[in-house]
Amino acid sequence: MKSINVKNLTITLGDGPKAVTILPNVSFSVEPGECFGLVGESGSGKSTILRCMSLLFKQWKGEIWLGNQSVRDMPLIERCRTVQMVFQDPYGSLHPRQSVRTVLWEPLRIHKLDRQKERMERAITEVGLPVEFLDRYPHQLSGGQRQRVAIARALILEPSILLLDEPTSALDVSVQAEILNLLADLRARKGFTYLMVSHDLAVVDYMCDRFAVMQAGDIVEILGRDALEDNKATHLYARQLIDASLEYDSAI
Amino acid sequence: MTGEQILDVRRLSVSYRSDGGYVDAVRNVSFKLGREKLGIVGESGSGKSTIGRALLRLLPTARITAESIRFEELDLLNISEREMLKVRGRRMSMILQDPKFSLNPIRRVGDQISEAYLTHFKCSKAEARAKTIDMLQAVQIRDPERVYDLYPHEVSGGMGQRIMIAMMLLTDPDVVIADEPTSALDVTVRLQVLNILDRLVSDRGIGLIMISHDLNLVRNFCDRVLIMYAGQVVESLKASELSNAQHPYTQGLLAAQPRIGGGRTPLKVLDRRPEWKEPLEVQA
Ligand SMILES: Nc1ncnc2c1ncn2[C@@H]1O[C@H](COP(=O)(O)OP(=O)(O)OP(=O)(O)O)[C@@H](O)[C@H]1O
Ligand SMILES: Nc1ncnc2c1ncn2[C@@H]1O[C@H](COP(=O)(O)OP(=O)(O)OP(=O)(O)O)[C@@H](O)[C@H]1O
Ligand SMILES: [Mg+2]
Ligand SMILES: [Mg+2]
Repeated sequence: MKSINVKNLTITLGDGPKAVTILPNVSFSVEPGECFGLVGESGSGKSTILRCMSLLFKQWKGEIWLGNQSVRDMPLIERCRTVQMVFQDPYGSLHPRQSVRTVLWEPLRIHKLDRQKERMERAITEVGLPVEFLDRYPHQLSGGQRQRVAIARALILEPSILLLDEPTSALDVSVQAEILNLLADLRARKGFTYLMVSHDLAVVDYMCDRFAVMQAGDIVEILGRDALEDNKATHLYARQLIDASLEYDSAI
Repeated sequence: MTGEQILDVRRLSVSYRSDGGYVDAVRNVSFKLGREKLGIVGESGSGKSTIGRALLRLLPTARITAESIRFEELDLLNISEREMLKVRGRRMSMILQDPKFSLNPIRRVGDQISEAYLTHFKCSKAEARAKTIDMLQAVQIRDPERVYDLYPHEVSGGMGQRIMIAMMLLTDPDVVIADEPTSALDVTVRLQVLNILDRLVSDRGIGLIMISHDLNLVRNFCDRVLIMYAGQVVESLKASELSNAQHPYTQGLLAAQPRIGGGRTPLKVLDRRPEWKEPLEVQA
Protein backbone atom coordinates (compact mmCIF):
# COMPACT_ATOMS: atom_id res chain seq x y z
CA MET A 1 0.00 0.00 0.00
CA LYS A 2 1.32 3.42 -0.96
CA SER A 3 0.46 6.92 0.19
CA ILE A 4 0.42 10.07 -1.96
CA ASN A 5 1.89 13.37 -0.80
CA VAL A 6 1.61 16.52 -2.88
CA LYS A 7 3.34 19.57 -1.41
CA ASN A 8 3.26 23.09 -2.82
CA LEU A 9 2.60 21.93 -6.36
CA THR A 10 2.78 24.85 -8.79
CA ILE A 11 2.56 24.91 -12.56
CA THR A 12 2.50 27.61 -15.21
CA LEU A 13 1.43 26.70 -18.74
CA GLY A 14 1.75 28.63 -22.00
CA ASP A 15 4.68 30.74 -23.16
CA GLY A 16 5.72 34.37 -22.81
CA PRO A 17 2.96 36.88 -22.23
CA LYS A 18 0.31 34.15 -22.51
CA ALA A 19 1.73 32.13 -19.63
CA VAL A 20 -0.89 31.41 -16.97
CA THR A 21 -0.37 29.91 -13.55
CA ILE A 22 -2.85 27.06 -13.58
CA LEU A 23 -2.06 25.73 -10.11
CA PRO A 24 -0.75 28.45 -7.79
CA ASN A 25 0.02 26.22 -4.81
CA VAL A 26 -1.67 22.87 -4.20
CA SER A 27 -1.02 20.52 -1.28
CA PHE A 28 -2.85 17.41 -0.11
CA SER A 29 -2.11 13.89 1.01
CA VAL A 30 -3.78 10.54 0.55
CA GLU A 31 -3.39 7.70 3.05
CA PRO A 32 -2.21 4.28 1.89
CA GLY A 33 -5.29 2.40 0.64
CA GLU A 34 -7.50 5.46 0.75
CA CYS A 35 -9.79 6.64 -2.06
CA PHE A 36 -9.50 10.41 -2.33
CA GLY A 37 -11.80 12.47 -4.56
CA LEU A 38 -11.10 15.64 -6.53
CA VAL A 39 -14.20 17.60 -7.45
CA GLY A 40 -14.94 21.14 -8.50
CA GLU A 41 -15.29 23.64 -11.24
CA SER A 42 -14.70 22.63 -14.83
CA GLY A 43 -11.29 24.05 -15.82
CA SER A 44 -10.12 24.37 -12.21
CA GLY A 45 -7.04 22.17 -12.67
CA LYS A 46 -8.10 18.66 -11.61
CA SER A 47 -6.73 16.90 -14.70
CA THR A 48 -3.62 19.09 -14.50
CA ILE A 49 -2.83 17.73 -11.02
CA LEU A 50 -3.10 14.15 -12.33
CA ARG A 51 -0.91 15.02 -15.33
CA CYS A 52 1.78 16.46 -13.05
CA MET A 53 1.68 13.33 -10.88
CA SER A 54 2.21 11.04 -13.85
CA LEU A 55 4.91 13.34 -15.28
CA LEU A 56 2.96 14.13 -18.44
CA PHE A 57 3.76 17.67 -17.38
CA LYS A 58 7.32 17.99 -16.15
CA GLN A 59 7.71 21.74 -15.65
CA TRP A 60 5.99 21.84 -12.26
CA LYS A 61 7.60 22.94 -9.02
CA GLY A 62 7.01 21.49 -5.59
CA GLU A 63 7.07 17.89 -4.39
CA ILE A 64 5.09 14.79 -5.27
CA TRP A 65 5.77 11.69 -3.17
CA LEU A 66 4.43 8.20 -3.89
CA GLY A 67 5.06 6.14 -0.77
CA ASN A 68 8.52 7.16 0.36
CA GLN A 69 9.83 8.07 -3.09
CA SER A 70 9.65 11.29 -5.03
CA VAL A 71 8.08 10.66 -8.47
CA ARG A 72 10.91 12.50 -10.12
CA ASP A 73 13.43 10.02 -8.70
CA MET A 74 11.57 6.85 -9.62
CA PRO A 75 12.96 4.86 -12.55
CA LEU A 76 10.41 4.70 -15.39
CA ILE A 77 9.71 0.99 -15.07
CA GLU A 78 9.11 1.22 -11.37
CA ARG A 79 6.94 4.30 -11.78
CA CYS A 80 4.68 2.46 -14.26
CA ARG A 81 4.30 -0.45 -11.87
CA THR A 82 3.44 1.97 -9.06
CA VAL A 83 1.07 4.44 -10.68
CA GLN A 84 -1.27 4.26 -13.68
CA MET A 85 -3.75 6.78 -14.98
CA VAL A 86 -7.15 6.50 -16.64
CA PHE A 87 -7.60 9.59 -18.80
CA GLN A 88 -10.65 11.78 -19.12
CA ASP A 89 -10.62 11.51 -22.93
CA PRO A 90 -10.37 7.83 -23.78
CA TYR A 91 -10.22 8.61 -27.49
CA GLY A 92 -7.04 10.59 -27.10
CA SER A 93 -5.35 8.12 -24.83
CA LEU A 94 -5.69 5.08 -27.12
CA HIS A 95 -3.46 4.88 -30.16
CA PRO A 96 -5.72 4.77 -33.25
CA ARG A 97 -3.68 2.06 -34.98
CA GLN A 98 -3.31 -0.25 -32.01
CA SER A 99 -5.79 -3.04 -31.50
CA VAL A 100 -7.15 -3.60 -28.00
CA ARG A 101 -4.90 -6.68 -27.83
CA THR A 102 -1.80 -4.58 -28.47
CA VAL A 103 -2.92 -1.93 -25.97
CA LEU A 104 -3.19 -4.57 -23.24
CA TRP A 105 -0.19 -6.63 -24.29
CA GLU A 106 2.41 -3.81 -24.51
CA PRO A 107 2.59 -3.21 -20.74
CA LEU A 108 2.79 -6.97 -20.06
CA ARG A 109 5.65 -7.30 -22.56
CA ILE A 110 7.57 -4.30 -21.25
CA HIS A 111 7.26 -5.46 -17.66
CA LYS A 112 7.94 -9.10 -18.61
CA LEU A 113 4.89 -10.49 -16.82
CA ASP A 114 3.93 -14.15 -17.15
CA ARG A 115 0.56 -15.70 -18.17
CA GLN A 116 -0.02 -12.88 -20.66
CA LYS A 117 -3.00 -14.38 -22.49
CA GLU A 118 -4.76 -15.14 -19.23
CA ARG A 119 -4.11 -11.65 -17.87
CA MET A 120 -5.41 -9.97 -21.03
CA GLU A 121 -8.56 -12.05 -21.09
CA ARG A 122 -9.21 -11.42 -17.44
CA ALA A 123 -8.67 -7.67 -17.80
CA ILE A 124 -11.10 -7.35 -20.71
CA THR A 125 -13.74 -9.54 -19.04
CA GLU A 126 -13.49 -7.64 -15.76
CA VAL A 127 -14.53 -4.43 -17.50
CA GLY A 128 -17.54 -6.19 -19.02
CA LEU A 129 -16.36 -6.62 -22.60
CA PRO A 130 -16.31 -9.89 -24.57
CA VAL A 131 -12.92 -11.46 -25.32
CA GLU A 132 -13.52 -10.97 -29.08
CA PHE A 133 -13.10 -7.24 -28.53
CA LEU A 134 -9.34 -7.85 -28.21
CA ASP A 135 -9.23 -7.74 -32.01
CA ARG A 136 -10.99 -4.37 -32.35
CA TYR A 137 -9.44 -0.95 -32.99
CA PRO A 138 -10.46 2.18 -31.04
CA HIS A 139 -12.62 3.60 -33.88
CA GLN A 140 -14.68 0.41 -33.83
CA LEU A 141 -15.67 0.95 -30.20
CA SER A 142 -18.37 3.09 -28.66
CA GLY A 143 -17.35 5.87 -26.25
CA GLY A 144 -17.99 3.76 -23.17
CA GLN A 145 -16.26 0.71 -24.64
CA ARG A 146 -13.12 2.81 -25.22
CA GLN A 147 -13.29 4.03 -21.66
CA ARG A 148 -13.45 0.44 -20.42
CA VAL A 149 -10.40 -0.52 -22.50
CA ALA A 150 -8.53 2.38 -20.89
CA ILE A 151 -9.54 1.11 -17.43
CA ALA A 152 -8.44 -2.44 -18.34
CA ARG A 153 -5.07 -1.10 -19.51
CA ALA A 154 -4.52 0.76 -16.25
CA LEU A 155 -5.46 -2.27 -14.15
CA ILE A 156 -3.44 -4.88 -16.02
CA LEU A 157 -0.17 -4.00 -14.28
CA GLU A 158 -1.89 -4.02 -10.89
CA PRO A 159 -0.33 -0.70 -9.84
CA SER A 160 -0.61 0.26 -6.17
CA ILE A 161 -1.83 3.77 -7.07
CA LEU A 162 -4.51 4.58 -9.64
CA LEU A 163 -5.24 8.08 -10.90
CA LEU A 164 -8.78 8.02 -12.26
CA ASP A 165 -10.00 11.02 -14.27
CA GLU A 166 -13.79 10.74 -14.64
CA PRO A 167 -13.47 6.98 -15.11
CA THR A 168 -17.19 6.28 -15.46
CA SER A 169 -18.72 9.46 -16.89
CA ALA A 170 -18.97 7.86 -20.36
CA LEU A 171 -20.72 4.73 -19.06
CA ASP A 172 -24.37 3.94 -18.50
CA VAL A 173 -25.16 3.55 -14.82
CA SER A 174 -25.45 -0.24 -15.04
CA VAL A 175 -21.90 -0.56 -16.41
CA GLN A 176 -20.77 2.19 -14.05
CA ALA A 177 -22.03 0.08 -11.16
CA GLU A 178 -19.98 -2.89 -12.35
CA ILE A 179 -16.80 -0.81 -12.72
CA LEU A 180 -17.24 0.93 -9.36
CA ASN A 181 -17.86 -2.41 -7.65
CA LEU A 182 -14.71 -3.78 -9.32
CA LEU A 183 -12.64 -0.79 -8.16
CA ALA A 184 -14.05 -1.01 -4.63
CA ASP A 185 -13.31 -4.73 -4.53
CA LEU A 186 -9.72 -4.29 -5.76
CA ARG A 187 -9.15 -1.68 -3.10
CA ALA A 188 -10.51 -3.96 -0.38
CA ARG A 189 -8.55 -7.01 -1.58
CA LYS A 190 -5.28 -5.46 -2.74
CA GLY A 191 -5.09 -2.19 -0.85
CA PHE A 192 -4.87 0.02 -3.95
CA THR A 193 -4.82 3.77 -3.39
CA TYR A 194 -7.08 5.86 -5.64
CA LEU A 195 -7.14 9.51 -6.58
CA MET A 196 -10.40 10.00 -8.41
CA VAL A 197 -11.77 13.01 -10.29
CA SER A 198 -15.54 13.10 -10.65
CA HIS A 199 -18.36 15.55 -11.22
CA ASP A 200 -20.82 13.11 -9.73
CA LEU A 201 -20.87 13.55 -5.97
CA ALA A 202 -22.97 10.40 -5.58
CA VAL A 203 -20.03 8.48 -7.08
CA VAL A 204 -17.66 10.32 -4.73
CA ASP A 205 -19.89 9.38 -1.81
CA TYR A 206 -19.90 5.73 -2.84
CA MET A 207 -16.15 5.46 -3.53
CA CYS A 208 -14.19 8.05 -1.54
CA ASP A 209 -13.24 8.48 2.10
CA ARG A 210 -12.38 12.17 1.69
CA PHE A 211 -12.44 14.64 -1.15
CA ALA A 212 -11.02 18.03 -2.09
CA VAL A 213 -13.11 20.77 -3.70
CA MET A 214 -11.27 22.84 -6.31
CA GLN A 215 -11.99 26.24 -7.79
CA ALA A 216 -9.73 28.19 -10.19
CA GLY A 217 -6.54 26.25 -9.38
CA ASP A 218 -6.96 26.10 -5.61
CA ILE A 219 -8.17 23.45 -3.23
CA VAL A 220 -10.73 25.45 -1.29
CA GLU A 221 -11.78 22.74 1.17
CA ILE A 222 -11.06 19.11 2.05
CA LEU A 223 -14.03 17.20 3.45
CA GLY A 224 -14.94 13.70 4.59
CA ARG A 225 -17.67 11.88 2.68
CA ASP A 226 -19.95 12.28 5.69
CA ALA A 227 -19.99 16.02 4.93
CA LEU A 228 -22.01 15.43 1.78
CA GLU A 229 -25.43 14.30 2.91
CA ASP A 230 -26.20 17.33 5.03
CA ASN A 231 -23.66 19.67 3.47
CA LYS A 232 -21.13 20.41 6.18
CA ALA A 233 -18.89 22.46 3.87
CA THR A 234 -17.88 25.90 5.12
CA HIS A 235 -16.28 27.46 2.03
CA LEU A 236 -18.85 29.31 -0.07
CA TYR A 237 -18.11 27.58 -3.39
CA ALA A 238 -17.90 24.13 -1.79
CA ARG A 239 -21.29 24.73 -0.15
CA GLN A 240 -22.84 25.84 -3.42
CA LEU A 241 -21.45 22.86 -5.31
CA ILE A 242 -22.73 20.35 -2.75
CA ASP A 243 -26.11 22.09 -2.54
CA ALA A 244 -26.50 22.04 -6.31
CA SER A 245 -25.56 18.35 -6.38
CA LEU A 246 -27.98 17.45 -3.60
CA GLU A 247 -30.74 19.21 -5.48
CA TYR A 248 -29.75 17.52 -8.73
CA ASP A 249 -29.63 14.14 -7.01
CA SER A 250 -32.89 14.45 -5.12
CA ALA A 251 -34.85 15.59 -8.15
CA ILE A 252 -35.32 11.84 -8.72
CA MET B 1 -44.55 15.22 -28.78
CA THR B 2 -45.28 18.92 -28.91
CA GLY B 3 -45.91 21.16 -31.90
CA GLU B 4 -45.11 20.35 -35.45
CA GLN B 5 -42.93 17.49 -36.50
CA ILE B 6 -39.35 18.17 -37.61
CA LEU B 7 -37.89 14.73 -37.97
CA ASP B 8 -39.56 11.40 -38.71
CA VAL B 9 -37.38 8.29 -38.68
CA ARG B 10 -38.93 4.96 -39.68
CA ARG B 11 -37.25 1.62 -39.19
CA LEU B 12 -33.66 2.81 -39.28
CA SER B 13 -31.05 0.06 -39.26
CA VAL B 14 -27.28 0.49 -39.35
CA SER B 15 -24.63 -2.22 -39.70
CA TYR B 16 -20.86 -1.83 -39.52
CA ARG B 17 -18.59 -3.78 -41.81
CA SER B 18 -16.42 -6.35 -40.05
CA ASP B 19 -14.25 -9.29 -41.16
CA GLY B 20 -17.11 -11.74 -41.36
CA GLY B 21 -19.67 -9.46 -43.05
CA TYR B 22 -21.89 -6.85 -41.42
CA VAL B 23 -22.67 -6.49 -37.72
CA ASP B 24 -25.90 -4.78 -36.71
CA ALA B 25 -25.46 -1.75 -34.46
CA VAL B 26 -28.96 -0.27 -34.82
CA ARG B 27 -32.06 -2.34 -35.57
CA ASN B 28 -35.41 -0.99 -36.78
CA VAL B 29 -35.44 2.19 -34.77
CA SER B 30 -38.43 4.49 -35.34
CA PHE B 31 -39.12 7.83 -33.71
CA LYS B 32 -40.52 11.28 -34.37
CA LEU B 33 -39.13 14.56 -33.14
CA GLY B 34 -41.08 17.78 -32.71
CA ARG B 35 -40.07 21.07 -31.10
CA GLU B 36 -39.09 19.25 -27.94
CA LYS B 37 -36.29 17.63 -25.98
CA LEU B 38 -36.01 13.92 -26.69
CA GLY B 39 -33.63 11.97 -24.45
CA ILE B 40 -31.90 8.76 -25.51
CA VAL B 41 -30.42 6.63 -22.75
CA GLY B 42 -29.16 3.10 -22.98
CA GLU B 43 -26.47 0.56 -22.55
CA SER B 44 -22.92 1.46 -23.53
CA GLY B 45 -22.53 0.19 -27.11
CA SER B 46 -26.28 -0.01 -27.76
CA GLY B 47 -26.15 2.24 -30.86
CA LYS B 48 -27.00 5.72 -29.56
CA SER B 49 -24.12 7.58 -31.19
CA THR B 50 -24.57 5.48 -34.32
CA ILE B 51 -28.13 6.82 -34.75
CA GLY B 52 -26.89 10.42 -34.64
CA ARG B 53 -24.05 9.78 -37.04
CA ALA B 54 -26.32 7.88 -39.44
CA LEU B 55 -28.83 10.76 -39.56
CA LEU B 56 -26.04 13.15 -40.53
CA ARG B 57 -24.52 10.60 -42.90
CA LEU B 58 -21.20 10.57 -41.11
CA LEU B 59 -20.72 6.81 -41.61
CA PRO B 60 -19.29 6.30 -45.12
CA THR B 61 -18.55 2.59 -44.74
CA ALA B 62 -21.58 1.46 -42.75
CA ARG B 63 -24.75 0.06 -44.30
CA ILE B 64 -27.72 2.27 -43.52
CA THR B 65 -31.27 1.27 -44.38
CA ALA B 66 -34.63 2.74 -43.44
CA GLU B 67 -38.20 2.85 -44.61
CA SER B 68 -37.92 6.64 -44.58
CA ILE B 69 -36.08 9.49 -42.89
CA ARG B 70 -37.85 12.81 -43.26
CA PHE B 71 -36.32 16.06 -42.07
CA GLU B 72 -38.61 19.05 -42.63
CA GLU B 73 -39.20 19.07 -46.41
CA LEU B 74 -36.30 16.72 -47.18
CA ASP B 75 -36.09 13.00 -47.72
CA LEU B 76 -32.70 12.40 -46.06
CA LEU B 77 -32.40 8.86 -47.41
CA ASN B 78 -32.33 10.03 -51.00
CA ILE B 79 -30.80 13.50 -51.15
CA SER B 80 -27.37 13.95 -52.75
CA GLU B 81 -24.19 14.55 -50.79
CA ARG B 82 -24.21 18.12 -52.14
CA GLU B 83 -27.61 18.77 -50.60
CA MET B 84 -26.49 17.04 -47.44
CA LEU B 85 -23.66 19.57 -47.11
CA LYS B 86 -26.28 22.31 -46.73
CA VAL B 87 -27.98 20.35 -43.97
CA ARG B 88 -25.02 19.10 -41.98
CA GLY B 89 -23.73 21.56 -39.42
CA ARG B 90 -26.20 24.21 -40.57
CA ARG B 91 -29.76 22.95 -40.30
CA MET B 92 -28.95 19.84 -38.31
CA SER B 93 -25.88 19.71 -36.11
CA MET B 94 -24.36 17.14 -33.84
CA ILE B 95 -22.28 17.68 -30.74
CA LEU B 96 -19.98 14.67 -30.84
CA GLN B 97 -19.16 12.54 -27.84
CA ASP B 98 -15.39 13.21 -28.01
CA PRO B 99 -15.44 16.97 -28.50
CA LYS B 100 -11.71 17.61 -28.30
CA PHE B 101 -11.02 14.97 -30.91
CA SER B 102 -13.57 16.24 -33.37
CA LEU B 103 -11.68 19.54 -33.51
CA ASN B 104 -8.62 20.08 -35.69
CA PRO B 105 -5.67 19.53 -33.31
CA ILE B 106 -3.38 22.10 -34.91
CA ARG B 107 -5.73 25.08 -35.04
CA ARG B 108 -6.82 27.42 -32.27
CA VAL B 109 -10.25 26.55 -30.91
CA GLY B 110 -11.56 30.11 -31.29
CA ASP B 111 -10.57 30.26 -34.96
CA GLN B 112 -12.40 27.00 -35.54
CA ILE B 113 -15.59 28.36 -34.03
CA SER B 114 -15.31 31.62 -36.01
CA GLU B 115 -14.72 29.67 -39.18
CA ALA B 116 -17.79 27.52 -38.65
CA TYR B 117 -19.76 30.75 -38.33
CA LEU B 118 -18.16 32.30 -41.44
CA THR B 119 -19.00 29.31 -43.64
CA HIS B 120 -22.69 29.82 -42.95
CA PHE B 121 -23.02 33.59 -42.48
CA LYS B 122 -21.50 36.58 -44.30
CA CYS B 123 -19.59 38.92 -42.00
CA SER B 124 -16.07 40.18 -41.31
CA LYS B 125 -13.46 38.16 -39.45
CA ALA B 126 -13.50 40.65 -36.59
CA GLU B 127 -17.27 40.32 -36.23
CA ALA B 128 -16.97 36.53 -36.22
CA ARG B 129 -14.32 36.74 -33.51
CA ALA B 130 -16.47 39.00 -31.39
CA LYS B 131 -19.45 36.64 -31.83
CA THR B 132 -17.28 33.71 -30.80
CA ILE B 133 -16.03 35.42 -27.65
CA ASP B 134 -19.60 36.34 -26.67
CA MET B 135 -20.66 32.77 -27.16
CA LEU B 136 -17.76 31.35 -25.09
CA GLN B 137 -18.84 33.71 -22.35
CA ALA B 138 -22.45 32.60 -22.70
CA VAL B 139 -21.45 28.98 -22.05
CA GLN B 140 -19.74 30.12 -18.81
CA ILE B 141 -16.11 29.84 -19.91
CA ARG B 142 -13.95 31.95 -17.61
CA ASP B 143 -11.52 34.11 -19.52
CA PRO B 144 -12.87 33.60 -23.07
CA GLU B 145 -10.15 35.78 -24.68
CA ARG B 146 -7.46 33.41 -23.43
CA VAL B 147 -9.40 30.28 -24.33
CA TYR B 148 -9.98 31.59 -27.89
CA ASP B 149 -6.25 31.23 -28.56
CA LEU B 150 -5.79 27.76 -27.06
CA TYR B 151 -5.30 24.57 -29.08
CA PRO B 152 -7.66 21.64 -28.46
CA HIS B 153 -5.16 19.74 -26.29
CA GLU B 154 -4.85 22.78 -24.03
CA VAL B 155 -8.49 22.97 -22.98
CA SER B 156 -10.04 20.94 -20.16
CA GLY B 157 -12.65 18.22 -20.77
CA GLY B 158 -15.56 20.45 -19.80
CA MET B 159 -14.21 23.40 -21.78
CA GLY B 160 -14.08 21.16 -24.88
CA GLN B 161 -17.75 20.29 -24.43
CA ARG B 162 -18.70 23.94 -24.07
CA ILE B 163 -16.65 24.89 -27.15
CA MET B 164 -18.71 22.41 -29.18
CA ILE B 165 -21.93 23.84 -27.76
CA ALA B 166 -20.80 27.38 -28.59
CA MET B 167 -20.03 26.31 -32.15
CA MET B 168 -23.44 24.71 -32.53
CA LEU B 169 -25.23 27.76 -31.07
CA LEU B 170 -23.61 30.10 -33.59
CA THR B 171 -24.83 28.18 -36.62
CA ASP B 172 -28.44 28.38 -35.50
CA PRO B 173 -29.71 24.91 -36.54
CA ASP B 174 -33.24 23.45 -36.50
CA VAL B 175 -32.25 20.10 -35.04
CA VAL B 176 -29.44 19.46 -32.58
CA ILE B 177 -28.19 15.99 -31.71
CA ALA B 178 -26.17 16.36 -28.53
CA ASP B 179 -24.13 13.26 -27.64
CA GLU B 180 -23.20 13.45 -23.95
CA PRO B 181 -22.78 17.22 -24.18
CA THR B 182 -22.46 17.95 -20.46
CA SER B 183 -20.87 14.84 -18.90
CA ALA B 184 -17.60 16.69 -18.08
CA LEU B 185 -19.25 19.73 -16.50
CA ASP B 186 -19.63 20.36 -12.80
CA VAL B 187 -23.25 20.44 -11.70
CA THR B 188 -23.50 24.24 -11.40
CA VAL B 189 -22.11 24.92 -14.89
CA ARG B 190 -24.12 21.99 -16.24
CA LEU B 191 -27.37 23.55 -15.05
CA GLN B 192 -26.45 26.87 -16.70
CA VAL B 193 -25.62 25.17 -20.01
CA LEU B 194 -28.85 23.16 -19.86
CA ASN B 195 -30.73 26.43 -19.40
CA ILE B 196 -29.23 27.75 -22.63
CA LEU B 197 -30.30 24.60 -24.47
CA ASP B 198 -33.74 24.80 -22.92
CA ARG B 199 -34.19 28.35 -24.23
CA LEU B 200 -33.22 27.20 -27.72
CA VAL B 201 -36.09 24.76 -27.66
CA SER B 202 -38.68 27.06 -26.11
CA ASP B 203 -37.72 30.35 -27.84
CA ARG B 204 -36.36 29.20 -31.18
CA GLY B 205 -38.42 26.05 -31.48
CA ILE B 206 -35.61 23.67 -32.35
CA GLY B 207 -35.80 19.92 -31.87
CA LEU B 208 -33.17 18.59 -29.46
CA ILE B 209 -32.01 14.98 -29.19
CA MET B 210 -30.08 14.51 -25.99
CA ILE B 211 -28.00 11.34 -25.71
CA SER B 212 -27.05 10.92 -22.08
CA HIS B 213 -26.19 8.47 -19.34
CA ASP B 214 -27.32 10.93 -16.70
CA LEU B 215 -30.73 9.75 -15.50
CA ASN B 216 -31.32 12.88 -13.40
CA LEU B 217 -30.68 15.05 -16.42
CA VAL B 218 -32.95 13.06 -18.70
CA ARG B 219 -35.75 12.94 -16.18
CA ASN B 220 -35.68 16.64 -15.31
CA PHE B 221 -34.66 18.20 -18.58
CA CYS B 222 -36.18 16.12 -21.36
CA ASP B 223 -39.82 15.76 -22.45
CA ARG B 224 -39.64 12.17 -23.63
CA VAL B 225 -37.07 9.37 -23.36
CA LEU B 226 -36.14 6.46 -25.58
CA ILE B 227 -34.36 3.56 -23.89
CA MET B 228 -31.96 1.55 -26.02
CA TYR B 229 -30.54 -1.90 -25.53
CA ALA B 230 -28.53 -3.94 -28.05
CA GLY B 231 -29.39 -1.74 -31.05
CA GLN B 232 -33.12 -1.48 -30.40
CA VAL B 233 -35.40 0.97 -28.72
CA VAL B 234 -36.84 -1.22 -25.97
CA GLU B 235 -39.03 1.37 -24.32
CA SER B 236 -40.36 4.89 -24.91
CA LEU B 237 -41.60 6.97 -21.99
CA LYS B 238 -42.53 10.44 -20.89
CA ALA B 239 -39.49 11.70 -18.99
CA SER B 240 -41.60 12.40 -15.93
CA GLU B 241 -42.69 8.75 -15.91
CA LEU B 242 -39.22 7.24 -16.06
CA SER B 243 -39.66 5.65 -12.65
CA ASN B 244 -42.65 3.69 -13.95
CA ALA B 245 -40.50 1.98 -16.58
CA GLN B 246 -41.62 -1.53 -17.49
CA HIS B 247 -38.60 -2.96 -19.29
CA PRO B 248 -36.26 -4.87 -16.97
CA TYR B 249 -33.22 -3.10 -18.45
CA THR B 250 -34.65 0.31 -17.60
CA GLN B 251 -35.64 -0.87 -14.14
CA GLY B 252 -32.12 -2.22 -13.65
CA LEU B 253 -30.63 1.12 -14.68
CA LEU B 254 -32.69 2.99 -12.13
CA ALA B 255 -31.61 0.54 -9.44
CA ALA B 256 -27.90 0.82 -10.31
CA GLN B 257 -27.80 4.57 -9.73
CA PRO B 258 -25.73 5.63 -6.70
CA ARG B 259 -27.17 8.35 -4.43
CA ILE B 260 -25.60 10.80 -2.03
CA GLY B 261 -26.03 9.18 1.39
CA GLY B 262 -26.78 5.86 -0.26
CA GLY B 263 -24.37 3.68 1.72
CA ARG B 264 -21.58 1.35 0.70
CA THR B 265 -23.21 -1.96 -0.07
CA PRO B 266 -22.21 -3.05 -3.59
CA LEU B 267 -24.25 -1.26 -6.26
CA LYS B 268 -26.94 -3.35 -7.90
CA VAL B 269 -25.83 -4.78 -11.22
CA LEU B 270 -27.87 -6.12 -14.11
CA ASP B 271 -28.58 -9.68 -14.98
CA ARG B 272 -28.68 -9.19 -18.77
CA ARG B 273 -31.12 -11.61 -20.35
CA PRO B 274 -30.67 -13.01 -23.87
CA GLU B 275 -34.36 -12.38 -24.59
CA TRP B 276 -33.78 -8.61 -24.29
CA LYS B 277 -32.11 -8.85 -27.70
CA GLU B 278 -35.05 -10.43 -29.46
CA PRO B 279 -36.68 -8.29 -32.17
CA LEU B 280 -39.43 -5.98 -31.00
CA GLU B 281 -40.87 -2.76 -32.27
CA VAL B 282 -41.48 0.30 -30.18
CA GLN B 283 -43.14 3.32 -31.76
CA ALA B 284 -42.04 6.69 -30.45
N1 LIG C 1 -1.18 22.59 -22.27
C1 LIG C 1 -1.85 23.63 -21.78
N2 LIG C 1 -1.53 24.91 -22.12
C2 LIG C 1 -2.21 25.96 -21.63
N3 LIG C 1 -3.24 25.86 -20.77
C3 LIG C 1 -3.61 24.62 -20.39
C4 LIG C 1 -2.95 23.45 -20.88
N4 LIG C 1 -3.53 22.37 -20.32
C5 LIG C 1 -4.52 22.83 -19.53
N5 LIG C 1 -4.56 24.19 -19.57
C6 LIG C 1 -5.49 25.06 -18.82
O1 LIG C 1 -5.47 24.67 -17.46
C7 LIG C 1 -6.74 24.87 -16.85
C8 LIG C 1 -7.12 23.63 -16.06
O2 LIG C 1 -7.38 22.54 -16.95
P1 LIG C 1 -7.73 21.08 -16.42
O3 LIG C 1 -7.82 20.22 -17.63
O4 LIG C 1 -6.79 20.69 -15.36
O5 LIG C 1 -9.17 21.35 -15.79
P2 LIG C 1 -10.16 20.32 -15.08
O6 LIG C 1 -10.32 20.76 -13.67
O7 LIG C 1 -9.72 18.93 -15.33
O8 LIG C 1 -11.53 20.63 -15.84
P3 LIG C 1 -12.67 19.63 -16.44
O9 LIG C 1 -13.50 19.25 -15.27
O10 LIG C 1 -13.41 20.53 -17.39
O11 LIG C 1 -11.97 18.50 -17.12
C9 LIG C 1 -7.68 25.24 -17.99
O12 LIG C 1 -7.91 26.62 -17.95
C10 LIG C 1 -6.91 24.87 -19.26
O13 LIG C 1 -7.22 25.72 -20.33
N1 LIG D 1 -16.65 1.60 -37.03
C1 LIG D 1 -17.18 0.56 -36.38
N2 LIG D 1 -16.96 -0.70 -36.79
C2 LIG D 1 -17.48 -1.74 -36.13
N3 LIG D 1 -18.28 -1.65 -35.05
C3 LIG D 1 -18.54 -0.42 -34.59
C4 LIG D 1 -18.01 0.75 -35.23
N4 LIG D 1 -18.45 1.84 -34.54
C5 LIG D 1 -19.21 1.37 -33.53
N5 LIG D 1 -19.27 0.02 -33.55
C6 LIG D 1 -20.02 -0.85 -32.62
O1 LIG D 1 -21.39 -0.51 -32.75
C7 LIG D 1 -22.05 -0.56 -31.49
C8 LIG D 1 -22.79 0.74 -31.24
O2 LIG D 1 -21.84 1.79 -31.05
P1 LIG D 1 -22.28 3.26 -30.60
O3 LIG D 1 -21.05 4.09 -30.63
O4 LIG D 1 -23.44 3.70 -31.40
O5 LIG D 1 -22.74 2.98 -29.09
P2 LIG D 1 -23.33 3.97 -28.00
O6 LIG D 1 -24.71 3.54 -27.69
O7 LIG D 1 -23.13 5.38 -28.43
O8 LIG D 1 -22.42 3.63 -26.74
P3 LIG D 1 -21.70 4.58 -25.63
O9 LIG D 1 -22.75 4.92 -24.66
O10 LIG D 1 -20.68 3.65 -25.03
O11 LIG D 1 -21.09 5.73 -26.36
C9 LIG D 1 -20.96 -0.86 -30.46
O12 LIG D 1 -21.05 -2.19 -30.04
C10 LIG D 1 -19.66 -0.59 -31.17
O13 LIG D 1 -18.65 -1.48 -30.73
MG1 LIG E 1 -10.39 17.41 -16.55
MG1 LIG F 1 -21.80 6.86 -27.83
